Amino acid sequence: MAHVWRMIAQRLALGFLTLFVVSLLIFGATELLPGDFAEAILGQSATPETIAAIRRDLGLDLPFHTRYIGWLSNVLQGDFGKSLANQQPVIELISKRLGNTLFLALYAAAMAVPLALILGILAALFRNTVFDRMSNALALTSISFPEFFVAYILILWFAQTGYFPSIVRFSPGIGFGESLYRSFLPALTLTLVVTAHMMRMTRAALINLLASPYIEMARLKGMSPMRVILRHALPNALAPIINVVALNLAYLITGVVVVEVVFVYPGLGQLMVDSVSRRDIPVVQAVALIFASAYVLLNLTADVLSTLSNPRLMHRR
Amino acid sequence: MSILISIFWFAVAVVGAMALGWLFRAFVVAVSPQRQAQEMRTAPLTASFGLLVILIYVLVAALAPIIAPFGESEVVGGEFLPWDSTYLLGTDNLGRDMLTRMIYGARNTVGIAFTITALAFFVGTVLGLLAAVVGGWLDQVLSRSVDVLMAIPSLIFSLLLLTIFGTSVLSLVLVIATVDATRVFRLARSVAQGIVVMDYIEAARLRGEGKWWLITREILPNAMAPLVAEFGLRFCFVFLAISGLSFLGLGIQPPTADWGGMVRDNATLITFGDLTPFLPAGAIALLTVAVNFVVDWQLHKSSGLKE
Repeated sequence: MAHVWRMIAQRLALGFLTLFVVSLLIFGATELLPGDFAEAILGQSATPETIAAIRRDLGLDLPFHTRYIGWLSNVLQGDFGKSLANQQPVIELISKRLGNTLFLALYAAAMAVPLALILGILAALFRNTVFDRMSNALALTSISFPEFFVAYILILWFAQTGYFPSIVRFSPGIGFGESLYRSFLPALTLTLVVTAHMMRMTRAALINLLASPYIEMARLKGMSPMRVILRHALPNALAPIINVVALNLAYLITGVVVVEVVFVYPGLGQLMVDSVSRRDIPVVQAVALIFASAYVLLNLTADVLSTLSNPRLMHRR
Repeated sequence: MSILISIFWFAVAVVGAMALGWLFRAFVVAVSPQRQAQEMRTAPLTASFGLLVILIYVLVAALAPIIAPFGESEVVGGEFLPWDSTYLLGTDNLGRDMLTRMIYGARNTVGIAFTITALAFFVGTVLGLLAAVVGGWLDQVLSRSVDVLMAIPSLIFSLLLLTIFGTSVLSLVLVIATVDATRVFRLARSVAQGIVVMDYIEAARLRGEGKWWLITREILPNAMAPLVAEFGLRFCFVFLAISGLSFLGLGIQPPTADWGGMVRDNATLITFGDLTPFLPAGAIALLTVAVNFVVDWQLHKSSGLKE
């Protein structure tokens, strides 16, 4: 087992290194700003004196590495600075919305992952039948649809007829079931967007294995096709499946931005879009850092899990 | 009920599309010379339908000023007028003709997406092949920087860059092209690495050919098939990305007609059961599906899979 722990530790270290570089990139991106931060804050009303004052205020006259270390240590303590738009601390803007976005992403994942796995296994089981072709064509189509198209179709079908609300509002004190109901449409949109890819990859991973001799053997022994797939093919297909599931969960992170805007969902994605058009750099930095960390961590988890699903690595002699 | 009706129309659309694909294939087979005809005859219906759609889009985009009934951002009537004989698809939220906007949208959205893809491909392929041919520190530097850029989800990274550079068409093109060039670089490098170790490359090196010759004459022709398929897929991603950004109001800026922005501007109509906002969204989806069909066919052909 020792080497497994060592490998996981290595991956974790690499993951944190990536996070560090990502934070450097997100902070460093402001250096590309035409002019600088102080001019961006002041806009039209910039005079040399006010610019110098703000520079001193924000520490912009310090060298890059000093500012970066200061920013990073503040971020690690939960201080993302103040929003340029309304002078509120960024952390206050973010904290409630982060929970909402996580709720939506988990909700969508809880629907999408089982659905994709079941459909993928069924498609592999009934490959080259009408069911397989239909689900394949549908998957290809839904990959090609922009998220907002899917979202508006769902609004037309479900919200128009009054089954579900098309605008998500969380009032304080609503129960868990009520929040599930209110955010059903955005979660369903995200599910539809990510399921197709996961399903196709599950099917491909399984079918890839079906040509191998040991599957042939299992079939010759007279096993039922269902058992061949579930007991013999699936365990060996786990690594690619875990990878694609993680990749798509990471994709949820970006999908969430558009979907939140369509349904006016009070989450991070909406905040980010609003801040981009206002060019509110501290908020964008903070949200980008959160999204990027989630992305890096998901990829890391997938890496570790797909290693753990490989018995050759787990029980190496 | 409305769901059942929608499913029915969807089925009708699929059957109609396949019929169109069949007609188009028969037509192309009849008019093209022997060799192309041979190739088209084996094309699946989905692929020939895809080709037909792409052809129509290109024609509409090229001839936009001729076929559009009004000017691109000309206000011609009241807001949200219904469909009638003057305004075939009604008017939008500012009273501009919807059909005209759709036609110009083809030119702007598709044109910009194509420009971005071409730019991303040029940069990504050149750097990727160079990294594979030169190797050593250049490869390390390029690959590691691409790794870092790819560690951030592309939409988030584009949003960050757009905050800094502001939202204009130029910065949109440069930002998305940069983000996508990293993906192209990965593919081009890995494809080229398989080719660089071949004997004929060694022979060319011993002959004393320069790097530029190696890249353009020896490696590129052999790396073409996967790169062309990737170009199609990349185009889809870029197209969806810029329509997504325009939908968020951060992409192509008004008054330039653009499908993503048109959906956002007219979305209120959906709550009244008016389907007009679905037209630009559907136009986006249709083109992506069409390109995907063609790419699928090409991939299938080049992989030699017969299943």
